Amino acid sequence: MVLTRTRPPSPVRASAPGAGVAVTQARRGVGLLICLGVLALVCLLSIALGTRNISPGTVWDAFFHFTNTDDQSIVRDLRVPRTVLGLLAGVAFGLSGAVIQAVTRNPLADTQILGINAGAGLFVVFAVGVLGLTSLSQYMWFGFAGVAFALTLVYLLGSAGRGGATPIRLTLAGVALGAVMDGISGGIRLVRPRAFDYLRFWDVGSLAGRPLEVATTILPFVLAGTVLALVVARSLNAVALGDDLARTLGARIGRTRLLATVSVMLLAGAATAAVGPIGFVGLMVPHVVRWIVGPDQRWIFVYTVVCGPVLLLLADIVGRLVVRPGELRVGVVTAFIGAPVLIWWVRRARVSGL
Amino acid sequence: MSVDFGRRVLVVRPHRNVSARLSVRPALVCLVLVLAALAVGVLALGTGEFTLTPSEVLRALGGEGTRAARLVVVEWRLPRVLLALIIGAALGLAGAVFQAITRNPLGSPDVIGFSTGAYTGVLIVTVFVGNGYYLVAAGALAGGLATAFAVYLLAFRRGVQGFRLIIVGIAISAMLSSANQWFIIKVDLQAAFAAAIWGQGSLNGLGWSQVTPVAVTVGVLCLLLIGYGPRLSLLEMGEDAAAALGVRVERTRLAYLVIGVALTAIATAVAGPISFVALAAPQLAQRLTRTPGIALVPSAAMGAFLLMISDFLAQRAFAPTQLPVGVVSVGGIYFVWLLVRQARR
Repeated sequence: MVLTRTRPPSPVRASAPGAGVAVTQARRGVGLLICLGVLALVCLLSIALGTRNISPGTVWDAFFHFTNTDDQSIVRDLRVPRTVLGLLAGVAFGLSGAVIQAVTRNPLADTQILGINAGAGLFVVFAVGVLGLTSLSQYMWFGFAGVAFALTLVYLLGSAGRGGATPIRLTLAGVALGAVMDGISGGIRLVRPRAFDYLRFWDVGSLAGRPLEVATTILPFVLAGTVLALVVARSLNAVALGDDLARTLGARIGRTRLLATVSVMLLAGAATAAVGPIGFVGLMVPHVVRWIVGPDQRWIFVYTVVCGPVLLLLADIVGRLVVRPGELRVGVVTAFIGAPVLIWWVRRARVSGL
Repeated sequence: MSVDFGRRVLVVRPHRNVSARLSVRPALVCLVLVLAALAVGVLALGTGEFTLTPSEVLRALGGEGTRAARLVVVEWRLPRVLLALIIGAALGLAGAVFQAITRNPLGSPDVIGFSTGAYTGVLIVTVFVGNGYYLVAAGALAGGLATAFAVYLLAFRRGVQGFRLIIVGIAISAMLSSANQWFIIKVDLQAAFAAAIWGQGSLNGLGWSQVTPVAVTVGVLCLLLIGYGPRLSLLEMGEDAAAALGVRVERTRLAYLVIGVALTAIATAVAGPISFVALAAPQLAQRLTRTPGIALVPSAAMGAFLLMISDFLAQRAFAPTQLPVGVVSVGGIYFVWLLVRQARR
């Protein structure tokens, strides 16, 4: 859905009128390196800061001269799994949002739109409320299955009949199915107060208290989803021009949409299963990135892969620091960090549609 | 002289100087929807603990029949049916207004954070003040209106660009819904549960005392919408086109925003956040009437029908348990069915 057809030049290019393509590419590359540096810094902070601050020297020792002190154990057993999980979840949520926005051609789209969160919620409610499962390792796969179920249904429904999956039909199917599934899971929750009590915590999403195995379990899914997304990025560039033009340019629209949907399923499914539905990353990061690098999906995807975890880990660190010795869950903090940035940006930049 | 509009058009000319152009299909669809909604209403008036046949219901409505029947139908059940119809129509209109001015099929009062803000208001009221009906309604109104106002102010910078409004709305909603989630974790289970029940939206426990104010305010807002005439469909063509055709874009959009927010505010205060009707009704209506853009009257008829049938099923499907969720699910399932049906053609 195109909201504003005028697409202003990206700030990078606007700052140097007349600069050639090569210069623009070089600037984007340098920008990416800076973002990578920020990501590395955030990772280090995530390992060092928390209820108990740990000096960089101790962090170093924990990796290379492990002597089993308390601080070193905290680093190894708590902070590192949490940081790795945040890294993976940030990549997955951010990138899945970027792919969904590209496929539906709607800048408002995120995991909420295609019924993903609703599907995961429904299956986890079923696991907890009806089957009585209570440990993460048990219902984790229900979350994944819920995402897969929702996306499959949305895709089949959106692509049924003549013309295949158009962006608008996918979006509407996702919203409608999401509402139905939310209604059902809301109903189950109200009938089973125990499930309600349990799920009000799952709903928020958290990186805390998950062993390293959770991260290693979702790693292959996140990797596969990322590779798939980067592969279809080129075709999605053509799709962004509209179906007719894309077909004229030789893009296989149906296949591109299918592959992109599979990639979203892998990314969002893995991340939601591991940490719960954290919404704002997938919406905001691709947005801000688009204003920096312009409309090329390949650059948007690569930047999102780096900037998604920056936002998520930053939110997690802030959540640990603001109410010490307690913590705020990362799902709560993400929006409070991201939203002001988004508002500030939208007020200063000339805004582009998609 | 006849113009080809690309669709069948009926010209009504009751007087030499008065004429109106009616598109045949939308008019028929509206008629069918209204009749269907009324039929479901009569059915709803007759079912429950005290069962009546449709003819008994109609007689009671006409002031005849037994005293018991009149008491049940007119005093107890009629207000709920009337409110379902009015609130449904109001939500359909609000959705149509928002989808037209944001030019996005996902546009709904939610994009400017109304429902989320209302939920925040209700949470604060239930946690710190109490759980009475009017308290909760006041909390919802205050929260929703404050949020909508804040979003408009934050998006205002030499005018409100439609797209900027959406982004700011989404950002503020995200923050508020995080705050809501934090609240729901922090408060005790009882309070969280009460707020969650409100959050599903329901027409339970409404009586005549709510009908008159709701009917009057919605009526006034409808008159305002009629007064603004065709400007909504001009705005839907885009800011530049609308301005070129003589619409004062900024002022008109603000007026429509206020009307849309007011309609939503009434519905939310009375029945909780039933935002799905606002989202689905204009889209469904557009598909059934095959109008080129979002149309107001069919959206209102569709909204009334959707809420009426959803409420009827939510009340009766699992009787005596009254589910609030039917409201959302029925509309959604119908939406899905329509999409599939459309796809086959």
